[in-house]
Amino acid sequence: MDARAPSKPLVRMEKITKRFTGVTANLDVDFDVRPGEVHALLGENGAGKSTLMNILYGLYRPDSGVLTIEGKDVSFSSPRDAIASGIGMVHQHFMLIPSQTVWENMILGLEGLSSVLPKRAIRERILELSSRYGLSVDPDAKIWQLSIGEQQRVAILQMLYRRAKILVLDEPTAVLTPQEAEHLFVTVRQMTSEGHGIVFISHKMDEVMGLSHRVTILRKGRLVGTVDTASTTKEKLAEMMIGQKMIFSIEKKELQPGKPVIECASVCALGDRGIPAVSRATFMIREQEILGVAGVAGNGQQELCETLVGLRKVESGAIRVNNEELTNSIPKTFIDKGIHYIPADRKGTGLVPNMNVSENSILKRYWSRAVSKKGFIDWKEVFSFARGLVSRYNVSTPSMETPVRNLSGGNLQKLMLGRELSDSPIAILAVHPTWGLDVAATKFVREQLLAAREAGCAVLLVSEDLDELLAMSDRLAVMCKGEIMGILDSPAETPVEAIGLMMAGTPAEEALASAPRGGGKS
Amino acid sequence: MEILIPILTAAVRSGTPILYATLGEIVTEKGGILNLGLEGIMLLGAYAGFAVSYSTGNAWLGIAAAFFVGTLLGLVHAFICVTLKGNQVVSGLAMTMFGTGASSLLGRNFVGFTIPGLNKIPVPLLSDIPVIGPVLFNHDALIYCSYALVFFLCWFFNSTRQGLYLRATGDNPRAADAMGISVAKTRYFYTMVGAGIVAVGGAYMSVAYTKMWAEHMTAGRGWIAVALVIFAIWNPARAAFGAYLFGGVEAFQLRLQAAGTTIPAPILMMLPYLMTIGVLLFISIKKGKGIVFGAPASLGLPFFREERD
Ligand SMILES: Nc1ncnc2c1ncn2[C@@H]1O[C@H](COP(=O)(O)OP(=O)(O)OP(=O)(O)O)[C@@H](O)[C@H]1O
Ligand SMILES: [Mg+2]
Repeated sequence: MDARAPSKPLVRMEKITKRFTGVTANLDVDFDVRPGEVHALLGENGAGKSTLMNILYGLYRPDSGVLTIEGKDVSFSSPRDAIASGIGMVHQHFMLIPSQTVWENMILGLEGLSSVLPKRAIRERILELSSRYGLSVDPDAKIWQLSIGEQQRVAILQMLYRRAKILVLDEPTAVLTPQEAEHLFVTVRQMTSEGHGIVFISHKMDEVMGLSHRVTILRKGRLVGTVDTASTTKEKLAEMMIGQKMIFSIEKKELQPGKPVIECASVCALGDRGIPAVSRATFMIREQEILGVAGVAGNGQQELCETLVGLRKVESGAIRVNNEELTNSIPKTFIDKGIHYIPADRKGTGLVPNMNVSENSILKRYWSRAVSKKGFIDWKEVFSFARGLVSRYNVSTPSMETPVRNLSGGNLQKLMLGRELSDSPIAILAVHPTWGLDVAATKFVREQLLAAREAGCAVLLVSEDLDELLAMSDRLAVMCKGEIMGILDSPAETPVEAIGLMMAGTPAEEALASAPRGGGKS
Repeated sequence: MEILIPILTAAVRSGTPILYATLGEIVTEKGGILNLGLEGIMLLGAYAGFAVSYSTGNAWLGIAAAFFVGTLLGLVHAFICVTLKGNQVVSGLAMTMFGTGASSLLGRNFVGFTIPGLNKIPVPLLSDIPVIGPVLFNHDALIYCSYALVFFLCWFFNSTRQGLYLRATGDNPRAADAMGISVAKTRYFYTMVGAGIVAVGGAYMSVAYTKMWAEHMTAGRGWIAVALVIFAIWNPARAAFGAYLFGGVEAFQLRLQAAGTTIPAPILMMLPYLMTIGVLLFISIKKGKGIVFGAPASLGLPFFREERD
């Protein structure tokens, strides 16, 4: 990496400014990418990273600023122009057509293909690219059949197919398992060795330190600075990002679990496509404990949580809450009992994107006496409640009337967390609660979950981040293909390899026997 | 069998206007634009087709005029829905009301007139096949065109580049846009072409089916077509099945009326509408488990590039 002379940049952005109603997303930001480098873009949630890259990709038009590609001034009126200039972007939320196949997605918007699609040639080119960059996909699979990791490979291939010289990866690892992320890094290194320039956005400091050559830090839309990765540290970057020192570690008290709150006996449930998604799940969660659920996304964790709050039908088995049978009760019953749910799908199940902050803050308690009088909403109460939530949970929002779709990922999560925790729940089910959150917000969410545990709450934590699970959980269930492969009583002492094997479908006893004994992470 | 052949033959004939309308709406909706103006577009198509056929003496010029009028109405709808990002339902309903009123007004002077219209052209050889021959291959050319259109559209949606881009635009305009497809151009083009095809359906009523002009002559067929699109899960071949089903029941009830049954005529006239909806509802409930692919995921939603969703 040090052999690179500071070559002419592939792309240079100067004094970029972009405003949305109520927020300045970018203010006078300078940014460039050189051939053969990985340039990381760091910043808290809402710092303006995606906005800056969307401008580069022609999706947003800057209010002011200059864009030069290989020395020439350009102005993009649509992504089409950016693509033509060799810029590719893999978005934070993938832009793929679920009902179409991989190869169909691959050629969307391409010029110069014959009208009757040359399927064979397209397939061959996909296979050639995928073997060259180690991105294996089945060209004939439909997108909806693919895991998130595979979808991301398709999204990257889409850009390589267009011969992108500059590739923007917007939080590519947020949704990947550690193995998939490692795989992605191999691909990225292969691309830089060929002279591609990569922009890498991530909230995970270790990845940024390990992969990038330079780092640019944004804070509240402004440029803080650009530094060489080799001459900085995690702590320094974090300080530049949030403007103050940051302690990474979190504190977890030793607590004695109390009586069971939720008990599941042989619960089976079907997935969205009518295929069994959860089979014979048996476990309990006790007061004052966090039960972690590990597993690759899409192995039934989501569906399991949905059965526990009445959002998915239980085909067989029983769910008991505080010794009361609640199998297949309606969601309101679960809410009234104090079971609260933090879904992974924040803008779908968790919040109503087009409703504003205060409306969303009372969605789950609109029937409670505090915010309604004789069936009418008491808006003064609602606003003061929402204002309380926003200040207690540090939600940064232009106003209480802002539609939540305009909030950044971290702020959405804080708002939802605040709503769920404010009703003193007896149990919390949190699915990927730190997905896409910056370091400070991640720490905040984890601390809140630990605080809930201390307050006597039973917590179910579904995550793909093994480090998070090991740090947070008192016990750890590992799921694979809808089955719980085993529940580990002391996850921190279990070899990570054994957990990995269980995630891949090996039963607990076998996995523990074959992995070498020894403490903690290896 | 002998009694069935005339009924089946009539089924194809009276199903054809609905088939055109349904195919046109499928083309429009595949791109994500909902056009509820079918009834109005069909009526204006029927009027334009009749008026031009009558004054020029050439039925095909009439059909072409109808297509042209349809594309103009499609252009208006596209302007409201794509450029102004207006409400598609409101625009469509307005189109229906406008088309109904305008066609009645314009057509006042043509009431009671007839034209020679399109002639039957039996297809050599094919029309000699027993049953299938007379039912499918003893019609006017516009019916043969509709067969071709069904096959063409199936192929177009699934095997061509433009068809793929069209589906992408209707399913996820954000993704299509990010991949360099022009969402606005695509939606304009197919809304216009779709409306043109719908109008040809209307013109079939006046130029080939009845060979005359009457106020409100489409009698709700545009609405049936709107429903058919959904039950056909945006599949042209299934649309043909639904359209001929309607046509079949229509032909059957006309025969019953002619035979002088005791069942009141209004009830008989309801039959085609009820049966079509009923049968297709039944099929889609049976098939309805799981996700129904075919429905464009962003149907009816305007696209704003810089807006978050
Ligand atoms: N289309 C939009 N309309 C209105 N506001 C927007 C829009 N896009 C972004 N914003 C606002 O601009 C700011 C920057 O958002 P951006 O998505 O660029 O942040 P980010 O750094 O990518 O954050 P994250 O890490 O959460 O992805 C935020 O305050 C956001 O709410
Ligand atoms: Mg972002």
